[in-house]
Amino acid sequence: MNALFSLVAIIVIIAAAFLGASVPHLDFLFGVVFPYAAITVFLTGIVYRVIKWSTSPVPFHIPTVAGQQKSLPWIKDSPLESPHNTWGVVGRMALEILFFRSLFRNTKMEMKNGPKLVYGSSKYLWLGAIVFHWSMLIIVLRHLRLFMQPIPSFVLGLDSLDGFFQVGLPGLYITDVLILSALTFLILRRLTVRRIRYISLAADYFPLFLLFSIAATGVLMRYFFRIDLVNVKELAVGLFSFHPVVPQGTGVLFYVHLFLVCTLLVYFPFSKLMHMPGIFLSPTRNLANNSRMKRHVNPWNHPVRVHTYEEYEDEYREKMKEAGLPLDKE
Amino acid sequence: MAGPKLKPEELASKIKYNLPPKGWMDEPVEFREGTFNYSGNPKNVEYLQLPNPRKWQPTDPDWQLPENWKEIILEGLRDRLHRFRSLQIFMDICVRCGACADKCHFFIGSGDPKNMPVMRAELLRAVYRKDFTLAGKIFGKYAGARELTLDVVKEWFYYFYQCTQCRRCSVFCPYGIDTAEITLLVRELLGLIGVNIDWVVTPVANSFKTGNHLGIQPHGFKDSIDFAVDELEAITGVKVEAPINKKGAEILFITPSADYFGSPHYYTLLGYLALFHEIGLDYTWSTYASEGGNFGSFLSHDMMKSLNAKMYAEARRLGVKWILGGECGHMWRVVHQYMSTLNGPADFLEEPVSPVTGTKFGNARLTKMVHVCEFTADLIKNGKIKLDKSRNDNRRVTFHDSCNPARALGLIEEPRYIIRNACNYFFEMPENTIKEQTFCCGSGAGLGTDENLEMRMRGGLPRANAVKFVKEKHGVNFLGCICAIDKATLPPLMEYWVGGVDVGGVHELVGNALIMKGEKERTTDLRGEPLTVNESAMKEGNMSEEPFGE
Repeated sequence: MNALFSLVAIIVIIAAAFLGASVPHLDFLFGVVFPYAAITVFLTGIVYRVIKWSTSPVPFHIPTVAGQQKSLPWIKDSPLESPHNTWGVVGRMALEILFFRSLFRNTKMEMKNGPKLVYGSSKYLWLGAIVFHWSMLIIVLRHLRLFMQPIPSFVLGLDSLDGFFQVGLPGLYITDVLILSALTFLILRRLTVRRIRYISLAADYFPLFLLFSIAATGVLMRYFFRIDLVNVKELAVGLFSFHPVVPQGTGVLFYVHLFLVCTLLVYFPFSKLMHMPGIFLSPTRNLANNSRMKRHVNPWNHPVRVHTYEEYEDEYREKMKEAGLPLDKE
Repeated sequence: MAGPKLKPEELASKIKYNLPPKGWMDEPVEFREGTFNYSGNPKNVEYLQLPNPRKWQPTDPDWQLPENWKEIILEGLRDRLHRFRSLQIFMDICVRCGACADKCHFFIGSGDPKNMPVMRAELLRAVYRKDFTLAGKIFGKYAGARELTLDVVKEWFYYFYQCTQCRRCSVFCPYGIDTAEITLLVRELLGLIGVNIDWVVTPVANSFKTGNHLGIQPHGFKDSIDFAVDELEAITGVKVEAPINKKGAEILFITPSADYFGSPHYYTLLGYLALFHEIGLDYTWSTYASEGGNFGSFLSHDMMKSLNAKMYAEARRLGVKWILGGECGHMWRVVHQYMSTLNGPADFLEEPVSPVTGTKFGNARLTKMVHVCEFTADLIKNGKIKLDKSRNDNRRVTFHDSCNPARALGLIEEPRYIIRNACNYFFEMPENTIKEQTFCCGSGAGLGTDENLEMRMRGGLPRANAVKFVKEKHGVNFLGCICAIDKATLPPLMEYWVGGVDVGGVHELVGNALIMKGEKERTTDLRGEPLTVNESAMKEGNMSEEPFGE
């Protein structure tokens, strides 16, 4: 149901783009107005959300530790799983953000007769996730060649690396294959693993379908329905330099692709995709395990009612006296 | 203690991971006997000045909530979103990848999909979306939003008192989303409308009043310690000193109250008494701060602070240099991660230095509170105590990492080092069940009640199963741990699922092995059991004979 809802939403978006971009005079809207609006919403939305997060303080020091603490000098600590200083935290965060360390830990539990519980390593989710995210990053960086003139050398390098196998003409990008495969896997996983389908909301399917449509329209343009890249570059450079021009005859497919990207940008700040900036702020990961060494201050540490020793002694003085326990007041 | 009505095989056969045909928002909660906790005693709710004291039970159709309960909860949620970045982030960034699903011991043991950590959090997240996000306001159910109703509150009560705040899911979450944090905050919200459980409220009230959760008054405390001193003398022939409320002692020792009133905790207490005597430690017990455990941490941050305040207050009053803390789980989460923030800085204390070895405990230089396993490991490393391992030869030991020492402190090697030096036979459970991946006893965070026994046995199944594995493989007959709730709740768990495995503290093993000056020849261990190898255990299974097997 949730999947269907998301699928319909995506079809509506694609259809709208298709119809809209086919109308001759709407290319300014699709080529200039929407992209600018989308990027504005994207940036302000993210900044707004991150500022909103940041205005809530981190009252307590609550890292989840996954290794030996630094205690006695002769006990070997794990600086990346239980970091005791900022460098360790940077390392831990880098492993988490670049290599999905925690997801790599994933196991699968099975209950056999007996009952006997067995835990096996399970890396599929990690693999699907890491392939998708890295492909996505490389593809976004590759697209810089459309926006910049001259093209920065790292983009060119990335381009040739990605097209390393030199299969077909135009050359096949490895990341194109990988991103579609990874997204297919992630979609199928959500649809077929019953437990995952049970927890999935429309908001979980929608970004997957959206990303898949973006990647698919991109692939179609590059390998099957060639569009005029010179036009695309003219438009992109124009947008990038704030001198927008709308070249004629770029093709409807391009506008569908662009509109889907705009949808993603607008959707991003309001959705779970905010896990990208969010992970940097997660207090169980970005704090060092040093709370017995360094003080953490809670800005709203309000006073609470306590039972003082004086009250305690007043309540139990006779009994304490009888038991021979020392008293502050006789 | 009576077991659940079902036999272990029957219970196990009932664990199915099938999913209900309806969506999770359409399945109302069912309060089945044996799987939930009774409500807080109104007398104690009132004593603690908590809202809405009244007689009620979760099975009542009418929970007698205040008229504006919904407003109270939503306002409470808004307030907490502003005070806790953790909550704000954890509400916003979950992608429902499902990596946490089968990491929860309650999910594994119950098969109930709402025990998947992701679903537990979604119970709150759905309400958050409805009232605090744009998408939820516009798209409602399609954005995963849900109206806050009485049924939702009932569901919260059931499932957030079916989480032991063990944080195992948080280790596996790609964003470190911490269900313990969400659970504690929802319990705070429920507390605002007077929805509590008794095994949290009553221990908190006792701790507030008497200093310990069992409600032991000062003279009772003294009797208990005196009795332990006599018993230790009977076993070892050595009369030890156990000063109480002694001003000017160097060290204040605080341990869970179950250590001096519960079994098998008691044998760990004997171990402490023997050890502190042997090294000539200048220390004191306190009747005012006579509880290490902090039941407040199962109820609210404020109550956690209130109970924790006694530790520093008492250290200041007695004029000690630093504090030594006994074996306990959630106590150590509070001491390690919260105490200095809540009630510090403890600048009236000194940086802890072991008076025996001269070792500076730099890792505790701020809080001035050292874990007894850190302290003892240092003693052993420096050769300051003599241990006769063979006195534990009747024990084939495995070690259960208690959740909080493992995942809040990273206190992993210290207890193992002690065990290896106190015992000849030590065997690790499978790696997915120990250290940072350790499984909870299934009864922490206030859930260790008799009325909740079935759910405890379910939640404890993964732990018990791992113990069973090493019992069959290595003849393990002793489950060591460093948590008072473990010591109280693992014995019935072992009896139910495993059989023939005793539970005890690491310092019980130390006490058994400790060679004391002037002691008589020991014929029994601290439990009064003869010091011979347990022949029947040796015969079971295909055990390996080499010590230190992994």
